[in-house]
Amino acid sequence: MTAKDSVRKYILENFLFTDDTNALRDDDSLLDKGIIDSTGVMELIAFIEAEFHIKVTESEMIPDNLDSVHHIARFVASKHLVKA
Amino acid sequence: MASEKIKNCMALDLAAETQRITQSLRTALASHLHRRGLVIAMSGGIDSSVVAALCVEAVGPQRVYGLMLPETDSSSSSLDKAKAVADKLGLKYEVQNIAPALQALGCYDRRDEAMRRVIPGYGKGWTSKIVITGGLQGRYNHFDLVVRDPNGKEQRERLPLQEYLQIVAATNYKQRIRKSIEYFHADRLNYAVAGTPNRLEYDQGFFVKNGDGAADIKPISHLYKTQVYALAAHFDLPEKVRSAAPTTDTYSLPQGQDEFYFALPYAQMDVALWAHNHKIPAADLARQIGITEEQASRVYVDIEAKRRAAAYLHSPGLVVADITV
Repeated sequence: MTAKDSVRKYILENFLFTDDTNALRDDDSLLDKGIIDSTGVMELIAFIEAEFHIKVTESEMIPDNLDSVHHIARFVASKHLVKA
Repeated sequence: MASEKIKNCMALDLAAETQRITQSLRTALASHLHRRGLVIAMSGGIDSSVVAALCVEAVGPQRVYGLMLPETDSSSSSLDKAKAVADKLGLKYEVQNIAPALQALGCYDRRDEAMRRVIPGYGKGWTSKIVITGGLQGRYNHFDLVVRDPNGKEQRERLPLQEYLQIVAATNYKQRIRKSIEYFHADRLNYAVAGTPNRLEYDQGFFVKNGDGAADIKPISHLYKTQVYALAAHFDLPEKVRSAAPTTDTYSLPQGQDEFYFALPYAQMDVALWAHNHKIPAADLARQIGITEEQASRVYVDIEAKRRAAAYLHSPGLVVADITV
């Protein structure tokens, strides 16, 4: 499963209570569309850290890294690149 | 011009506003709530003190019952301030320490257990608070745990989600137990419960659902905190109440409301909220309250984020079918 698929599945199951993949597109803003609130961001970070074995630092907790499926996948890829 | 409007945004005709609120209180009691008086929990803070004054102004001290409900982490001066206000207003009150009830429910134990998972040495004689961080810097808000050991040494660690939720859930017992006691007295006296959120708290979700967020009437939820302070002066409330900075009075380490929840101190947050509501450009807000335009933009984003989160707190119990006849 790709990072995008994994993140999308997590959000669909835990925030939207649906398995309809059309309910969440790659570039949908999680905050603007009201899919995730501030507590939800913390849940998402906990998921990302556990799922992808990375640590999200305080300075990385920004919309550019976390506000859409696409952003998250790109952020995870960049963290893995740094580790490699 | 936006800059002119923002300069006087907190101005308020205090006498006229007092009359408007007190008339609303009387109408609410007579026509909507059908209750004989008002119960008010008084923390010694500015909001509950002003609400108590408005209640007394509306229906007279003989129809207002005050409650002071301290617990282990309450500041020692809170009770003195609450009593000073109650004595000045001439209303009857009683003091009930809720620490035994909170202890029995596991409030303190569950909170401390979560703190120990983050800082294993945390224990007897230590003090603590949680501090919000991130929003003003353009990051997502999260919380840090700050503790001080018995020797005065401080430590600060980022709070993981589960520990943050457990600490907040445990401390929420305080507001919910207080509300249970308020409604006991309201029920036995056939009174209504007056709530104390100001506009900033009401708008931004700075209250506990079914805790201090619950009430039969909320007389100052439309007033900015700056205006609440102005009303306190109008009522000539004790100086020690008027001069105290807003705190949460919930954690054992002194904690400002801006540390716990808001991006800025209240005077600046009031203006920011007013400016956001009136679509004032971030640049004008920045100039007025002495922050950068970038920070002002981030405060606007933060206000909207907190509003979204507050929707759950304001939501009544949902029904799943139309039950109107």
